[in-house]
Amino acid sequence: MDRRHFLAASGIGLSGFMIPGFGNAVAAEALLTKMDPARKKVLADIALNAATAAGASYCDVRIGRYMRQFVITREDKVQNVVNTESIGAGIRVIANGTWGFAATSDLSNAAIAKAAQQAVAIAKANAKSQTKPVQLAPVKGVGEVSWATPIKKNAMEVPVKEKVDLLLSANSAAMAAGANFVNSMLFLVNEQKYFASTDGSYIDQDVHRIWPTFTVTVIDKTTGKFRSRDSLSSPMGMGYEYLDGDRHIELPNGLMAYNDRFDMKEDAIAAAKQAQLKLKAPSVKPGKYDLVLDPSHLWLTIHENVGHPLELDRVLGYEANYAGTSFATIDKLKDKFKYGSDRVTLFADKVQPNTLGAVGYDDEGVRTKRWDLVKDGTLVNYQAIRDQAHIIGEIESHGCCYADSWSSVQFQRMANVSLAPGKSPLSVADMIKNVEKGIYIIGDGSFSIDQQRYNAQFGGQLFYEIENGKIKGMVEDVAYQIRTPEFWSACSAICDERDYRFGGSFFDGKGQPGQVSAVSHGSSTARFDGINVISTGRSLG
Amino acid sequence: MSMYTEQQAKAILDKVIALSKADECTATLGGGINGNIRFALNNVSTSGIITNAELAVQVAFGKRVGVATINEFDDESLARVVRRAEELARLAPENEEFVPAIGKQTYKPTPTYNAGIAAITPEYRAQVAADSINPCKNDGLIAAGFLSDSVGFFASANSNGNFAYQQSTGLDYTCTVRTEDGTGSGWVARNAGSLDDFKASREIQTAIQKAKGSRGAKALEPGKYTVILEPAASAGLISFMINGFDARQSDEGRSFLTKKGGGNKLGEQVFDPRVSLHTDPWNPDVPVMPWDGEGLPREKMTIIDKGKVSYLEYSRYWAKLKGKEAKGSPGNLIMAGGTKSTMDLVKDTAKGILVTRTWYIRMVDPQTVLLTGLTRDGTFYIENGEIKYPIKNFRFNESPVIMLNNIEELGKPIRLGDDESPFVMMIPPMKIRDFTFTSLSDAV
Repeated sequence: MDRRHFLAASGIGLSGFMIPGFGNAVAAEALLTKMDPARKKVLADIALNAATAAGASYCDVRIGRYMRQFVITREDKVQNVVNTESIGAGIRVIANGTWGFAATSDLSNAAIAKAAQQAVAIAKANAKSQTKPVQLAPVKGVGEVSWATPIKKNAMEVPVKEKVDLLLSANSAAMAAGANFVNSMLFLVNEQKYFASTDGSYIDQDVHRIWPTFTVTVIDKTTGKFRSRDSLSSPMGMGYEYLDGDRHIELPNGLMAYNDRFDMKEDAIAAAKQAQLKLKAPSVKPGKYDLVLDPSHLWLTIHENVGHPLELDRVLGYEANYAGTSFATIDKLKDKFKYGSDRVTLFADKVQPNTLGAVGYDDEGVRTKRWDLVKDGTLVNYQAIRDQAHIIGEIESHGCCYADSWSSVQFQRMANVSLAPGKSPLSVADMIKNVEKGIYIIGDGSFSIDQQRYNAQFGGQLFYEIENGKIKGMVEDVAYQIRTPEFWSACSAICDERDYRFGGSFFDGKGQPGQVSAVSHGSSTARFDGINVISTGRSLG
Repeated sequence: MSMYTEQQAKAILDKVIALSKADECTATLGGGINGNIRFALNNVSTSGIITNAELAVQVAFGKRVGVATINEFDDESLARVVRRAEELARLAPENEEFVPAIGKQTYKPTPTYNAGIAAITPEYRAQVAADSINPCKNDGLIAAGFLSDSVGFFASANSNGNFAYQQSTGLDYTCTVRTEDGTGSGWVARNAGSLDDFKASREIQTAIQKAKGSRGAKALEPGKYTVILEPAASAGLISFMINGFDARQSDEGRSFLTKKGGGNKLGEQVFDPRVSLHTDPWNPDVPVMPWDGEGLPREKMTIIDKGKVSYLEYSRYWAKLKGKEAKGSPGNLIMAGGTKSTMDLVKDTAKGILVTRTWYIRMVDPQTVLLTGLTRDGTFYIENGEIKYPIKNFRFNESPVIMLNNIEELGKPIRLGDDESPFVMMIPPMKIRDFTFTSLSDAV
């Protein structure tokens, strides 16, 4: 699922006939309140006891309150402000070696106990056709603990007017700089999650995420041509401080990038100017180019051709009917498959500060950590949760289990997956100096990849032709086509940690029925040699 | 309780409208039961039943709008949800594009309810899984699939006296069958309006044949080919293109239906004269609710008439600004075709490629509706009217506008749904010349 589907599903921009997709709309003040942890522990114990009494050998309960706020504007108009709240409990059990799950929005003692019993009944019914009992990697109970995203400014506490003013000022700046249209949005999420299990854990977590974004469009009425440029912001696991916008990173050719602070107005002005240049830029000449990929672009390539193919449930075939399987089969792990060049190390984690994936514990109570997926070019691991760890000979879960709601069953979701920065000092400017014939790509664009994650095609926001170590000018209609292992083998240079930045997805889809999750991908600018570039320019006559 | 009768729904909605002190109030009540079963690796993996009903209340004070929702319907809860919506409306900034609630409408019921689907039980779902898995298990094949069925109702009322109520059902089945060695993959999808039109033990044979037949695929060079697109292969492209049939986007200069020098291409010949597309909420093959998301009555309308654009969607705001009438947005797309089946089209083809389905379709350039995506689960080379051998999957970069100008022949339309499309569709198999494949994929 991408932003288009999210907007369609949530009915944003439409009338009251559409129901907001994420629970009940509430007044803004309600977003600031929290449920008493002592009350949550009482409810959790009722569920754990009821499940155990009904015959469960394991039980976990998640009591969740999911708060979301969306502010949507275009040009000088506010289109929508939506506040939603969804609250309830999801109870998962193992009985007769089989999973069972039930969820309820009724948080009375009786309803919680009944849901726990239903989960056990479903497990027992499904056990009849189960061929192999569930095998859980052990987790030691942690008692009563808590974790919170280390935000500096709670975005839910910032008045709606301030947010509206920020978006409208960015829109106005873009219009003054030559844009014909601007659509801007601010998405905020606060997950208040309480997890308890029969392992003896009671974990209270307060997770915050933020995503400001916009699209600037310019048109040429005489030719009928139009071009747009999306914001270079990233969704982050941060508070409103992300929008303080007090520092940008300077890139070659006067370009600006952002890391842990985003200046929406500054980027909107740049977008308007660049969109006008895009309208006049020549089409790329198809052929082989050395690509210099900015982190604002490379995150999506990492997401699609490293993050997804190394999800163990996909590898095993559990997602075959929807998202697909994976080329990176388990025999390749045993055979030390060469995923990329020796300089490529790709790691997974749920701990990097400011990331969308960062939490203290995952949704089955496992303490989060960092681990390698590809080490010095060689495939070394997958992403696995408690009931999968034994399949790859691991003794503990990686801690990447997630459910998008109290009413959804938790399952294996992508951790942050990032490209480790280069070990030798290298700036972006120095990287470009060594490129004879190349294209420098900033921002993510269209993306499409096959069901085993071999063949992918990516676009971008800004494309600059490099000739003999210098940026020659902007080109348009660029898309590159790759085969995953060849692409990573073609990685010939990675900038050092000074250039390390995050991109990410706020609405990554998986599963049937579908669930979304948010995930970050870090990298420094990296170079890939001899990549096939096509021109996407067409004429309708 | 999640299913309400017309009388019960009206009683709740009437109370809500009476409780509101705002300038206007629109309330909608929807609910039902959604059942599903998921299987993979020849085993049932998850199954569940979700029952839910939700009330949404939208109120306006002048141009300030507030929306609140709730899933409890006692008097106190109804009063609370109306108060919340009113609070939000008072806090909201003015919406310059606000259009008042619609007036009293007349809706002619559509046949969206099927008693067979409404009566589906957990045992039925388990049988669908078994009927899909067993023939695969016995044949060295691995099945992964999903069945989702629903029965529900939707009701709405507003302070102008409008009221609507109708029940509907839905059934969607997909199954992917792979060979144990991973060299072959087939797929089948059925979106059915009636239980009589669906039989898992019959449908699964399509996926089995495709899986077995796609083993040992040969590589062809990418390039432009004559293709036979099964309906599932072109539906996603057509559905993407229809997003561009928006009057405002076109008038603003950012659609492929924008005219050079300003304005839109309404009335212009944009496609091959054999392309005709219409919408009809009462069509017995693909019935949809008789109103759209705004509550406007849907009508039978021509969208493309012999290649000419004859409809663009006007939102109520844009219609008012442009002096046009806003009509109910289409819920289905019905494309005209001929009488031939996919295999009849294959028989008449000297050289070409048969595409079972396309997948992961994304917009590359909205200016030309250039889309990229891949073939999947059964791509075959055709020579002298016969399927000669399976071929490796291709990535395509093609515009549906160009595709619908390169028609050789159209076959008999069939019903389909698509999880990335808001429409139920009747789409024919198509023989298309010069379809652009840009690279090979090793994925099976």
